Amino acid sequence: MTTATERSVPKPVFTDAEAGAKEFPDSTARKFNYYSPQKRKQTHYEDVTVEVQPDPRHYLSQGWLYGFADGRGGYPLDWTVLKAWGSDRPVPERGPGSGGKGYDWPAHGWHEFRDPNEEWELSLYRYNANVVRQVNANVEAAKQAKAFEQWSPNWTRFVSQHVGAWMHVDHGLGLYLFANANRRGPTNMHNTAIAVNSMHLIRAAQDLALYQLTLSEEVEGFDGTAHLEAWNADPAWQGVREVAERLTAIDDWGEAIFAANVVFQPLIGELFRSQLVMQAAPRNGDFVTPTIVGAEEFDFSERDLRYTKALYELLTNDREFAEHNCRILNGWLANWVGLTVPAARALQPLWSQPDAKPVRFEDAFDRVKSRFAGIAEDLGLEIPKELER
Amino acid sequence: MSRQSVARAHQKIQELSWEPMYHTPVSHYGTDYTFRKAQKKDPLKQVLRSYFPMQEEKDHRVYGASDGAIRGNMFRQVQERWLEWQKLFLSIIPLPEISAARAMPLLFRNVPNPELHNGQAIQMIDEVRHSTIQQNLKRLYMNNYIDPAGFNSSLRNFQNDYCGTIGRQFAEGFITGDAITAASIYLTIVAETAFTNTLFVAMPAEAAANGDYLLPTVFHSVQSDESRHISNGYATLLMALADEGNHQLLERDLRYAWWNNHRVVDAAIGTFIEYGTKDRRKDRESYAEMWRRWIYDDYYRSYLVPLEKYGLVIPHDLIEEAWNQIWNKGYVHEVAQFFATGWLANYWRIDPMTDKDFEWFEYKYPGWYDRYGKWWENYNRLSTPNGHHPIVAEDVDYQYPHRCWTCMVPCLVREDMVMAEVDGQWRTYCHEACRWTDAEAFRPVYQGRNTPNMGQLIGSREWETLYHGWNWADVVQDMGFVRDDGKTMVAQPHLNLDDPKKMWTLEHLRRMPNLQSPNVLLNQMTDEERAAFHASYVRGGPAGRFARPE
Repeated sequence: MTTATERSVPKPVFTDAEAGAKEFPDSTARKFNYYSPQKRKQTHYEDVTVEVQPDPRHYLSQGWLYGFADGRGGYPLDWTVLKAWGSDRPVPERGPGSGGKGYDWPAHGWHEFRDPNEEWELSLYRYNANVVRQVNANVEAAKQAKAFEQWSPNWTRFVSQHVGAWMHVDHGLGLYLFANANRRGPTNMHNTAIAVNSMHLIRAAQDLALYQLTLSEEVEGFDGTAHLEAWNADPAWQGVREVAERLTAIDDWGEAIFAANVVFQPLIGELFRSQLVMQAAPRNGDFVTPTIVGAEEFDFSERDLRYTKALYELLTNDREFAEHNCRILNGWLANWVGLTVPAARALQPLWSQPDAKPVRFEDAFDRVKSRFAGIAEDLGLEIPKELER
Repeated sequence: MSRQSVARAHQKIQELSWEPMYHTPVSHYGTDYTFRKAQKKDPLKQVLRSYFPMQEEKDHRVYGASDGAIRGNMFRQVQERWLEWQKLFLSIIPLPEISAARAMPLLFRNVPNPELHNGQAIQMIDEVRHSTIQQNLKRLYMNNYIDPAGFNSSLRNFQNDYCGTIGRQFAEGFITGDAITAASIYLTIVAETAFTNTLFVAMPAEAAANGDYLLPTVFHSVQSDESRHISNGYATLLMALADEGNHQLLERDLRYAWWNNHRVVDAAIGTFIEYGTKDRRKDRESYAEMWRRWIYDDYYRSYLVPLEKYGLVIPHDLIEEAWNQIWNKGYVHEVAQFFATGWLANYWRIDPMTDKDFEWFEYKYPGWYDRYGKWWENYNRLSTPNGHHPIVAEDVDYQYPHRCWTCMVPCLVREDMVMAEVDGQWRTYCHEACRWTDAEAFRPVYQGRNTPNMGQLIGSREWETLYHGWNWADVVQDMGFVRDDGKTMVAQPHLNLDDPKKMWTLEHLRRMPNLQSPNVLLNQMTDEERAAFHASYVRGGPAGRFARPE
C-alpha cells in the first residue's frame, strides 16, 4: 500500500474582495480621477496612456530626480520651439515647507493632445498583425497564381530598383526620426503616437525588403541588390535621400514630425506610392506591389497623418500661442517645401521607365500638391510660394 | 515563418540600413564611452512580419485570462493584503516601462551598429506594450476589486508619494545622463537582466498564491519579451568591453547600477513578497531565498562572473554586501517596518501581521521576532483610532529615520548611515555606496578623468522637507490621499472596511504634532551637535530602536 503525502500548495480562500461587496467611502469611485477626459467620458485609451509620463508642473512634487550633464531632467518643453498655453509658466519651485502642489491639472496645453487613433498596445499589435498577415497572404496568393510571370523585364527592373529604394526612406525615417523623437515629446500621448508611427515605417521597410526577398526567389533574373545602387547612386533618388537625411538631422522634435508628416510624406511619399507605383503597377500586370505599398499608404493617410493633424491643429488654435505657432509652422512649411519640391521633381525620370505609363508626372504632382495644400489649409497655415517652384 | 526563413529574412533586412551621405542624424545624447564600429549580431533575429502576430497572440491569451478572471469571480478569492500593495506597485511600474521605450534612442547615435538598432526599436515598442498592458491591469483591479481607492488616483498619488519617488529612479535612471550608463548599463545590464527576475517572475508567483492569477498572466507575458532586451544589453556590453578606455566607466556604472537597483527593487519587491502575502507555508521560498536563486546564482554567478575574462570589473564586494544587507541586516524587514510606520503618508492599506506571520518570519529569518515582533504588535494595537495617534507619533521605540540622499530609501540599517557635506548641504546616505554614487560617480570628473556626459542627481530628494512644519492632516490633503467623503483617508493601517469608526480620518491627524524634516533639522545643528547626533544614530537599531545609553 502506498501513502500519498499532501502536496504543499497554496489553499484557495474565500475573501469576498470583489467590487460591491461592501459600502464605504470611495467604494464606488471606479474612475481614474487624476485627469480630465477629452470628451465626456474617459476612454480606454486615455486610461492607459494619460499621465504615465509625469510632469512637475502639476503633480510631480519632488521634481525630476535624474538630470543630464546640464542638470535638466525629464522632458523639457523647450525641446521644441512650439508652445502650448501655459508653456511659459515656470516650473513650481518646491523647497522646505512648500508643500507639493503645482498648477491645477493639466497645467499646460500639451496635455490636451489625444491621439485620434487611440493607439496603445492592443490596438497597435492588432492593426500591424492584420497588415502583415494580409501582406503575406497577398504575396502567397501571387506566388501560387504565378502572377510574377506576367511582369515585363522593365517592370521587374523598376520594382527591384525603385520600389526597393523606397524601403530605405522608411527605415531611415522610422528609426532615426520617429523612434528618436519618442524620447522628445512633452507627454505620453505624444510619444506613444510617435513610437507607433515609427513602427509603421519600420514595418513597411521590412515588408518591402521581404517582398524583395520573395521576388529574388520567384522571378528569374530579379536583382535583389539593385535597390542599393539606386539608393546610393541613381540621380533620381539623390534628392529624396538628401531630404530624408536632412529630416533625421533636425534637432527640434516638433519640426521633425511636422516636416516628415505634413510636407515630406504628402509631397514625396504619396507622390511615389499612390501616384506612381500604385498607378503604374496594374497597367504593367502587377497586382501585388500595390497591395504592399498600399498598406503603407494606409498607415500614413489614415493613421499617421490623422494624429499629426490633431497634434498641430491644437497648436495652431492654441488659446495663448496660436500666432507664435502659426508663424513658426509657416516658416517650417516654406523651408521644407522649398527643399522637398526639387527632390520630388528629381523623381520625374521614374515616370518614363515602365512600359505602360502611369498618369503624367505633372498631373501626379499637381494632385499631391493639391492634397498637400488641403492639409496645410486644414491646419490654418499658408500655402508657401515654394510649392510652385 | 520557418526558422530557416526567419534567418534569411533577418539577413535581408540588414540591407535596409545605410550610411548618411549628405547629413548626419541629430545627436541629442552624449556618452563618455567610445565605440568602434563592429558587426555585432542581433542574436534574436526578430522580424516584424513574425513579431506582430506573435505579440497579438500573446495579447489574446492575456485578455482572454482577464475576461476569465472576471467571469470566474477571481476577486472573491483575492487576498486584500496582497492587492493593497499592488496599488503601489502598479502605480510605479508603467513609468519604468515607458521610460525604457524612451531610452532606446539614447543608444542609436552612440552604438554604431545598425543591426542592434533594429533590436532596440523592437524593444521600444515592447516597452510601450508593457506600460499600457500594466495600466490596463490596474484599471481592471480598480473596476473589480473591493476597494478602488488608491487605484483610482494612482498616477497622481505615485507622483506625490515618497515611495513613488523611490520607484521613479527605476525609470529616470534609464533616460538621462550618460547615454550608455543610463540606457545600457543601468537599464539592460542590471535592471532587466538581474532584477526583472524578482519583479516579473518571483512576484507573480506570490500573486498566484494570494488568489490573483491576473498579475502572473500579464507579467509573465511581459517577461517573455525581456530576453530580447537582455540580448540587446549583452551585445552592447561586449562592444563597450572591446575598448579598454571604457573599462573604468563600466566599473563605475556597474557599481552604481547594481547598488541602486538593490536598494530600490529589493526594498519594494522584498516588502511585497514578504509582507503582502498570506501564504505562510514553511516550504515556500522567502524573498531572501528567491534572491539567492534568481539574482545571486542566475545573474551574478552565471551571467556576470563569466564576463570577468573580457575585462569587466565586477563589484563582488557590493554583491556580497547586498546579500549581507538582506540576510544579516534585515534590509527588507526594515523597509517594510518603515512603510508601515509611515502608512498615513501613503495610498494603500497595510494589514497588521498576525501570530501566523510571526511564526513564518521566525522560521525563515531566525531572530526576527526579537527584532521586529514587538513593533508589529504595537502596530496591531494602534491600528484603529482609539484616542491615540498613528504609530509614527506614538512612543514605540522607533526613531524616524533620515533619508538617503541618493536612493531615497531612508537610512534604515542605522549602523551604515554616512553623513557628508556635499554641494553645500549636509546629506545623509544609507550606505557608503550611496555616498560614493552622489559625491563621486555622478560628477563631471571621475577619478581624475573628465566625464562631461555623466548625469546629475537633482530634485527635492527628501520628501519630508517639502512638508517641514506642516500638520499631518494638511500633508495628506495636499497630496490628495483622501476618499470621496472628503475626510476618510485612502491609507489605513488595517483592512477593516465594515466599520466607519475604525477608519482614520483627517480629523485624527489634525491632533498630531507637526511633521519635521530630519534633513532640515540636521542642517540647523552645530558641527558638534551633528557629530553627536551621527554617533547616536549609528548606534541605533535594529528595527529603528533608539540607541541605548552607553
